[in-house]
This record gives sequence, structure tokens and C-alpha cells, in this order.
Amino acid sequence: MSVVMDTARFQRRKYLNIMVLCLSVLMTMFGLFWLVWLLWTLFSQGLPYVNSTLFFKATPPPGGTGGLANGIVGSLVLTVTGVLIGAPTGVLAGTYLSEFSRKSKIAPVIRFVNDILLSAPSIIIGVFVYEIVVVPMGHFSGWAGALALAMIALPVIVRTTEDMLRLVPDNMREAAAALGAPRWKVTTAIIYRAARSGILTGVLLAVARISGETAPLLFTALNNQFWSSSLNQPMANLPVVIFQFAMSPYDDWQHLAWAGALLITLAVLGLNIVARIILKTPKMRK
Amino acid sequence: MDRGKVLDVLFVQGTRFFAWMVLLIILAVLFALGKGALPALEKFGPGFLTSSSWNPVTEDFGALVSIYGTLVTSIIAMLIGVPVSFGIALFITELCPVWLKRPVGIAIELLAAIPSIIYGMWGLFIFAPLFADHVEPWLNSRFAGVPLLGSLLTGPPMGIGMATAGIILAIMIIPFMTAVMRDMFEVVPDVLKESAYGIGATTWEVVRRVVLPYTRAGVIGGIMLGLGRAMGETMAVTFVIGNTNRIHASLLMPGNTISSSLANEFTEAVGEIYTSSLIALGLILFFITFIVLALSRLLLHHLSRQEGLRT
Repeated sequence: MSVVMDTARFQRRKYLNIMVLCLSVLMTMFGLFWLVWLLWTLFSQGLPYVNSTLFFKATPPPGGTGGLANGIVGSLVLTVTGVLIGAPTGVLAGTYLSEFSRKSKIAPVIRFVNDILLSAPSIIIGVFVYEIVVVPMGHFSGWAGALALAMIALPVIVRTTEDMLRLVPDNMREAAAALGAPRWKVTTAIIYRAARSGILTGVLLAVARISGETAPLLFTALNNQFWSSSLNQPMANLPVVIFQFAMSPYDDWQHLAWAGALLITLAVLGLNIVARIILKTPKMRK
Repeated sequence: MDRGKVLDVLFVQGTRFFAWMVLLIILAVLFALGKGALPALEKFGPGFLTSSSWNPVTEDFGALVSIYGTLVTSIIAMLIGVPVSFGIALFITELCPVWLKRPVGIAIELLAAIPSIIYGMWGLFIFAPLFADHVEPWLNSRFAGVPLLGSLLTGPPMGIGMATAGIILAIMIIPFMTAVMRDMFEVVPDVLKESAYGIGATTWEVVRRVVLPYTRAGVIGGIMLGLGRAMGETMAVTFVIGNTNRIHASLLMPGNTISSSLANEFTEAVGEIYTSSLIALGLILFFITFIVLALSRLLLHHLSRQEGLRT
């Protein structure tokens, strides 16, 4: 028996394989390269300007000294308000999709639309909130900004809540029902508790998502050079301050923009990492 | 009815109400944008889509330049992003040692977490000058006189422009496409792959002949998801695209996208027709991204339900 081996063809297949695999390694390095470069830029440009004035002084006029305090506080207020609106709404909607919609015909449609909202352009939300809140009110306001952020947080929370509740085994629902617990009690006392860390992860990721959002705030919260005392007024917020300062011709404004950019990125990446840790540690692992 | 039953009904109906709100939001967005866009659409008619004028003084507006910019930058982003995402997904699923899988996966996902405005600043102040000094002169000398490519890839080395915007968009959508492709590749049954290896196929042949055919719908869904993201991306593009309302043959020239026009002009727009035209742009963007994302979801509908965990 003779095995006729087409060596030329074999070599060609082997080299093609090696080439593709090398390309794939190169692509991975290409992807990681940008992450390193971005972070390096942020640290080298932003770190020299991170100091205590940044956290305690309001944004300065050109040439003056100041910090980003009003922007930081404004961003915190907007983000927290946005999440306070978006999280309960999202958790309840996710609960419906996971727990009570098994025979519903509309649930798949809601799920589908929610998945689209998850990736929809955030600037559209900005225009929408401008139309329904800013125009009737007659001026930009913190409320409008918080509402826009809530609408961006909502689909993230709906999706994670549904996913997390579905991971809870049906035995637990049945066991609770067998003890005579009504459905609301099964859900709030058993299911939520079992999926607690998962739901929290979703909320944290939503916070991370909205705390860097700029586009929807441009037409809603706008910006405020001074301390904003009320959500009824235009409100300073870090992303829009960064946008305006970065685009300005003044050096010290640009320095502040870099410092702010570093702060925001660290906050967002930190939240992402914390969310992952929370999801990994709980007793209820999927 | 006893108290428990009442609470039960209240609770279930309450959750249903909030679930319906998701649906109502998208309808409300459509309605509000349609209402805002009406004056412009009435004035310009279907010609709005094909007119390339954008003149706030004479109040003559058309969407063509912005639509063109949105499409061109997204196409550049896809040309770069799709092969890179595929390569990364291939590396993570087929090549990577187990201990390295998680770190590489997380690092790529962190690219998606970085806010858009950061990409914009970095693009404008760091990337664009380097691009202008090192890449664009090379493109100019390399492609001058070459038919077709010559007009596309030569132009004044300004750094900002549609090519820069496209490259930055590519980096931003890589994590989304990679995540989908990776998840798809991972659900290919081992038996299929092993049988291909068993008859002597190389890794590439297994991917090409077994993994890709098996995951085709999902991979296309992932690509559409990236496309939807690229078309709606705002802040990064606004920083680097240059914001001019002219269509240029060269990719190195500045341009405009729908979202960057909105971000730049919306708060400054005076007059009903100007504002309305911008909202009409938003409506067009809404339709385009809705269709692309809907297609993506239809292709991905059986994908593992963990998507919400990725921001």
C-alpha cells in the first residue's frame, strides 16, 4: 500500500494556517494596543492636573484658576437621579418579562424593542427629551438631563434583570408557592433575594454607561458655569464641561478637560470592574 | 378577595405597566421626532433626502451630506473593524491559552466601556496630528495618480476628516462585534470541530469550513450590531470629522454625519425650519439604525441571553 502524499498541497495548507493564526494574534494585539494607548494618553495628559482644586473649585473663566467641582457634583446628581428613575422601572419591567409573561404575546415584542433601545443612538434620546421636556418647560434643566439618562439606563437594567431572574431555578418558585406564598411575595422575598447580586450588577453597569454619556445631555441639562442648586436649572456636568473645555482655545481649560477625562474614565472602568467582581463572588452562581 | 390576592394583582399589573413603558418609549420617540420633523418634511418633501444644501441663512436644508458622511464613516469602520473583531474572536476561542482568555476578553470589553467623548478628545489631540504627519503624506505619495483610489485616498493632510472618524469608530465597535462573534464561536459543538480535526483539517480549515458555516447568521448579526452602533455614534465623530457640509470625493477631507450635525448645531439652531430639519435628520437616523439593529436582533435572537451585561 502506498500513501501518495501531495506534499506541496500539504505545505500550502500548513502555511495558510500559520499565516491566519499569526494574523489573529496580530489583530488581538492591534485591539489591545488602542486600549493601552488611550489609557496612557489619559494618564500622561490628565494626571499632572489632578489636584485638590479640581475637586473643590468651580469651573473657572478663561485664564482664571478653578476646578471641576460643579461639574463633578452635577454629574453625580444627574447620574443618581437618572438611576433612581431608571432602576425601579427597569427592574419591574424585567420582572414582568421574566416572571409573569410566559403566556403573553406582547412580551417578545417588548424584549425585541428593549434590545434595540440597548444599542440605539443616545443622541436620539437627547432630541426626544428636548422635544417633550425642554420645549414645554421653555428652558434646559437638570430634570431633562436626568430623564434622558434614565431612558438610557432603562434597557440595560431591563435586560440584566430579566437575565438574572431567569437564572433562579424554578424549584425555588415552586417551593415558595407550595408554602402558600402569593406571587408578589415569591418574587420580592425569594427571587429578588436570590438574584440580588445580578440585579445590582445590572444597575452598576447602567451607572457606568450613563456616567460617561455626553450626547443626550447636550440638549437637556446643557451646562452651567456656576454651582447648580436646582434640578430645574441647567446643570453643570462633567461630560459637557469636558466637551466645551476640550474644544476651547484656552490651555488651562484644555488641561481641566484632560483631568476630567481621566476622572470619568477611571470612574467608569472602576464601576465595570466592581460589577464584574460582584457578579463573580455570590453564592448564587449561574 | 383577601389582601394577598389584591397585592398579587397589583404587583403583576404594576410590572406589566413598566414593561409596556419600554414599548411606549420607542413609540413616543417616533411620534415626537415625527412631529418635530414635520415642518421641514412639509417644506422640502422627499427632496430633503437627496438635497445636499445646508444653508441656515436661506433656510434651505437637505440631508444628503449628513447621510453620506454617516454611511462612509460607518463603511470605513466596518472595513477595519470586522476583520479585526473576527481575528480577536478567533484568537480568544481557538488559540488562546485558558489562563489568558479572561484577561484578554475583559480588556477588549473595556474598550467598549470608555466613554465616547474620551475617544473624541484622544482622536482630536493625539491621533489626528499623528495621522496627519505620518499616514496622510504617505497615502498621498503612494496613491497619487492611481485611478479611483487616488481620488479617495489623497488630500490635504489635515488629520481630521472622514477617514480619521472611520478609524476611531472601528476601534469603538470592535468590542461589540468581538463579543458576539466570540459567543457564537463558543457554542459550536466540540464534536463537529473534533471530527474535522480528526480527518486532518488545520485550525483555519476548521474555522473556515465548520465554525463559520455553523455560526453564519450570528456572525452577520454581530456585524449588523456593530454597524448600528457605528452609525449612531456621536461624540467621538463630532470631535474629529471636521464638520463641513460638503461632499468630497476624498476620504481625507472633512465632512459631517447625522449625529455630529445634531451635536454641533442643535442648541444653536434658530428658527423653526432649521430646528425641524435637524430633528428630521434625527428621524432618518432613528429609521436607519432601527432597521439595522432590528435585523441584527432577528439574526441573533437565539444567542445566549447575557447581552445586558455588556454596556
